[in-house]
Amino acid sequence: MRAVERVKGRAMPLDRRDVDTDQIIASDWLKRVERTGYGAGLFGAWRNDPGFVLNDPRFARASILVSGANFGCGSSREHAAWALEDWGFRAIVAPSFADIFRSNCRSVGLVTAALPEPDVGRILAAVEADPAIELTVDVEHRAVAVPALGYEAPFELDDASRARLLAGEDEIDVSLAHDGAIAAYEALREDWLPRVRTQVS
Amino acid sequence: MGLTLAEKVWESHVVHRAPGEADLLYVDLHLVHEVTSPQAFAGLRQSGRPVRRPDLTLATMDHNIPTIGTDMTDPIAAQQVEALARNCAEFGIRLYPTGDARQGIVHVIGPQLGLTQPGMVIVCGDSHTSTHGAFGAIAFGIGTSDVEHVLATQTIARGRPKTMAITIEGEAPGDVSAKDLILGIIATIGTSGGVGHIVEYRGEAIRALSMEGRMTVCNMSIEAGARAGLIAPDDVTFEFLAGRSHAAAGAAWERALDRWRALPSDADAHYDAEVRIDAGALRPYVTWGTNPAQAVPIDGSVPDPERSPDGAGRESARRALKYMDLRAGTPIRDITVDVVFLGSCTNGRIEDLRAAAAVLRGRRVRAGLRALAVPGSMAVRAQAEAEGLDRVFREAGFEWRMAGCSMCLGMNDDVAGPGVRVASTSNRNFEGRQGPGARTHLVSPAVAAATAIAGHLADPADVRGRA
Repeated sequence: MRAVERVKGRAMPLDRRDVDTDQIIASDWLKRVERTGYGAGLFGAWRNDPGFVLNDPRFARASILVSGANFGCGSSREHAAWALEDWGFRAIVAPSFADIFRSNCRSVGLVTAALPEPDVGRILAAVEADPAIELTVDVEHRAVAVPALGYEAPFELDDASRARLLAGEDEIDVSLAHDGAIAAYEALREDWLPRVRTQVS
Repeated sequence: MGLTLAEKVWESHVVHRAPGEADLLYVDLHLVHEVTSPQAFAGLRQSGRPVRRPDLTLATMDHNIPTIGTDMTDPIAAQQVEALARNCAEFGIRLYPTGDARQGIVHVIGPQLGLTQPGMVIVCGDSHTSTHGAFGAIAFGIGTSDVEHVLATQTIARGRPKTMAITIEGEAPGDVSAKDLILGIIATIGTSGGVGHIVEYRGEAIRALSMEGRMTVCNMSIEAGARAGLIAPDDVTFEFLAGRSHAAAGAAWERALDRWRALPSDADAHYDAEVRIDAGALRPYVTWGTNPAQAVPIDGSVPDPERSPDGAGRESARRALKYMDLRAGTPIRDITVDVVFLGSCTNGRIEDLRAAAAVLRGRRVRAGLRALAVPGSMAVRAQAEAEGLDRVFREAGFEWRMAGCSMCLGMNDDVAGPGVRVASTSNRNFEGRQGPGARTHLVSPAVAAATAIAGHLADPADVRGRA
């Protein structure tokens, strides 16, 4: 996973709520076995509209996506986070995120910052008016800043997620450090719990 | 203070807890399918890690496989199912591939085999894993990195959830199915109403449901944004499980029962949020828009976006009507459909097929309309054939298919074309979900069957007496 201390850059405004993961990356792309190359499919259907923001050259250099509430709802496909990351986004700012999508972003090292809805509305309007405006999403200080608006506000990020983003840690390594606790738990599990008859046994 | 069902299950699975960290939970069952697993297995191979508990892992093929036969016609999808077969062989994981009598949609086969049991923690790289909550388990969808994490560690790290009780009070009218209950719930609390919460469905109308109905309700918890949805286990649950191939037997069954009977929420348990819904006021629901909360009773009409209370909702409704090619004020029954899809992890179980067949018996699908019946698993298909339901579907003009996800998400050949209107018993009416440009109306199996006969959105009462 990518380590990330802060994301500083231009933003792309996507003023829609309930953006679902089917829109972020369509299921046709989910047949692939590769881990990379999903940026080409990002918002595939919406990009057929020439007026869609992803086709707007003024926002071509954006590294932060600003969107409406409940971003990333729907399917658990991590491909949605991969597509956003592959396109070049490093952070997403929205009033709220779907739970599975947010977990997936964390796995990828894509920062999700939830801000109050009116604040996101202000940022969306400002970025639409002036695409050159820069945002900073600061993982270390858990804050979003928009200097052009004189705006700065904290966002919620638990200590463990923050530490993991800053260090770019492999979560499996972190969990396997608790191998003893896992084995101890396993030793106490009820013997009547179901087990699959495996192919090797 | 007492504990809720969700808290009891959660607390009994904590392997490691520390301040400022997510809890590390033990996973009792990990379900795997072809679409969200190849990169996870590649990751294991790259780091030289084994699968910790192949005996708590089960794989099947469901998302991208054809439902006409077993030949893979799509070369990219073919590579993906071959990758799953190779990965399962290499890592020692039991796989039910296409052609196997036990193959089916991952959320249909887990319960069918008796692998899904009360009090368990169950995960799968699929958001509709919430289905398994019907047994009083905590079950949720995960992304591919977490699939790799569970394969390697048999644990998952998650922050403690909030709890929500949704109580459906009173008795639901006779024509209101489990699907209508959950569509009504989502229409009430919204697409993000459950975010951060594990929802416990309670009340008389929930208790009255069969296990199949409870699975339908829990299945769509994710469409309200919930982290999981569950229902307290009771005699209905135990009867469903008794004698299944992976359920305990003899003295072990008695020990399991003792444990399960202690799971329901304590009388003095506290929920972070509570919602009450009057079952008597519910009707068969139909979605008109492009998210599952955009639903109205079948007796209603397409709502006017301009009457939406908030700006974002108004804009979203306007966009939805444009995509769906619908006009505000149109009665729901005036909407004609091109395709009817009966199936999916929401409504592909035997009771769903029975409910649709009861409406279809002796009647014909409207001329020019295409109708598909896709059983949720090969065992469901066999059961339906033993009951003669396949004949009812075929004689009515339905295509009778093999098991798979099929047109729920259109990853195989079962795709609706641009502009094609589908009445679907699946779970998502997102733009393009059933094919680029396809328009989806989510309905119950009985409404799907009545719609197939009438040619427009209809409930069974509309087609009674019609040939």
